Amino acid sequence: MLLEQLLNGLTLGSSYALIALGYTMVYGIIQLINFAHGEIYMIGAFAGLLLVTAFDVNIFVAILGAMVFCMILGMVIERIAYRPLRGKSSRLSALISAIGVSIFLSTLMVLIRGTNTTRYPEDIIHQTTYTIGSIDISSLQIVILLLSACLMIALQLMIRRTRIGKAMRACSQDLDAAALMGINVNRIIAFTFAVGSALAAAGGVMVAVYYNALWPYMGTMAGLKAFCAAVLGGIGSIPGAMLGGLSLGVMEIMGVAYISSSYKDAIAFAVLILVLLIRPQGILGQKISKKV
Amino acid sequence: MDAFLSQYIDPYYLRIMILIGINLILVLGLNIITGVTGQLSMGHAGFMSLGAYTSAILSVQFGTPFVVSLLAGAMVAVVFGFVIGIPTLRLEGDYLAMVTIGFAEIVRVFFLNFKPGGKAVGLSGIPQETNFALVWVLVIIIIYFNYRLLNSRTGRALFAIREDEIAAESSGINISKLKVMAFVIGAFLGGLGGGLYAHYMYYISPQDFGFMKSIELLNMVVLGGMGSIPGAILGTTVLTLAPELLRVVAEYRLLFYGALLVILMIFRPNGLLGDVRWYDIRQRLFKRHQSERG
Repeated sequence: MLLEQLLNGLTLGSSYALIALGYTMVYGIIQLINFAHGEIYMIGAFAGLLLVTAFDVNIFVAILGAMVFCMILGMVIERIAYRPLRGKSSRLSALISAIGVSIFLSTLMVLIRGTNTTRYPEDIIHQTTYTIGSIDISSLQIVILLLSACLMIALQLMIRRTRIGKAMRACSQDLDAAALMGINVNRIIAFTFAVGSALAAAGGVMVAVYYNALWPYMGTMAGLKAFCAAVLGGIGSIPGAMLGGLSLGVMEIMGVAYISSSYKDAIAFAVLILVLLIRPQGILGQKISKKV
Repeated sequence: MDAFLSQYIDPYYLRIMILIGINLILVLGLNIITGVTGQLSMGHAGFMSLGAYTSAILSVQFGTPFVVSLLAGAMVAVVFGFVIGIPTLRLEGDYLAMVTIGFAEIVRVFFLNFKPGGKAVGLSGIPQETNFALVWVLVIIIIYFNYRLLNSRTGRALFAIREDEIAAESSGINISKLKVMAFVIGAFLGGLGGGLYAHYMYYISPQDFGFMKSIELLNMVVLGGMGSIPGAILGTTVLTLAPELLRVVAEYRLLFYGALLVILMIFRPNGLLGDVRWYDIRQRLFKRHQSERG
């Protein structure tokens, strides 16, 4: 029972982690809480649905398609709503702009699809349940866990091993110094948005299939929880976002199972507040000493 | 007074003006926390919710007089404002934002499961005691005290905390005390606004005080111009009127509202009145006045 809940928690947590990565990467570079990120996750789920219903593609192709679509969307949003504000305004103005984008996107989806909950077709993935010892694990859970793990490892490799990853790390340390070293900062920021959005889209499709539901306002709560996960792990830190997402998912499922399901949404935030009171910089966040 | 006004003014306009007044009280509270002291709070609806529910439950279940319920609601919000103010001493920027979001969400989920508050169904049958005269008299009093506060030694200290905490601290400002004080004042106005809202609407439910409500209030502060009282008034008026004026575009309303936020921020990155320097304007006007005389 406990192990099974742990597994459910990890499945939910890996989706939080995928969304949280987008928050934390963008935050690491331009210190913006990209509130439109939850909406990108929602649009990713719908883009996948469109591919599946209109073109009858396989679920993996749908995930890939949704990732590409959201990549472009993420870059377009950055170009229109954030770049004009960069450098000449306070961070709060960019935040309000992000909120504007978020309202715009969710309303757009309501206009296109209506507010009703829809679902992916039943036969989208072959569902079998394996029993290992005392735990039941569905093939869908295996797919989600494996796919998220692959995406996270790929991201980690890209950031640690490639040239563009190096540029991203440089930008997150010091944007001005990076620009002086000949890094095209605007391109790196656009790229960061693209990668973050693609991960969110993958998370969106997987969650929509797993919970068998998608609706235009699904991004708001998921976005908040993922932001919560990013802060929990230490915002700006990529391993932190992964750890924060997974632990948040596990805690939420455990809370529902052993405390009360009506307080589901409160548990995540209560844990977060407690953690921040003990470690104000998050679990893996680095304490930056202020210099005068 | 309201009966008198409603003879001349369409009830619809009267209603909008009352809502602007209530929002203004809420926004002036948030302005002290976020606009003046620079502590990003994204959970102002939490204070509003506490004030609204406390006062409404007192009025409905115990039949206490309106003024007593209203003040009790504001006091409950103050207690929580004090509690939420304490983490600000250790947390900064977005970590604090997350705590305030979490606080408002926990309050919302609490009321979703709170029996005397009618759980998810909400609480109805609240006596309608809030009226135009009361709201706007309160608004004027609050604006007056806001001016008094911001132009005092304490007010300047609050602005100093926003600009640079370390510099403020080394100038001998007691940062801890003032940050908590900002939260307490903001929470008081939040609770007061919530109580007025509940006693105007007859009916409240936890959904009225969700994350979007907090965001809406934050938008008004930032759009008007951080820390500026005329800015807060303008921002609140524009963003309360915008959804009403956008009714002509029916279901596209929120689409335009979202786009409006982005466009306004691109063209006025510091808010509508954020970089207007009232002191300079006053100087210029005054000088011209003098030269005319001389």
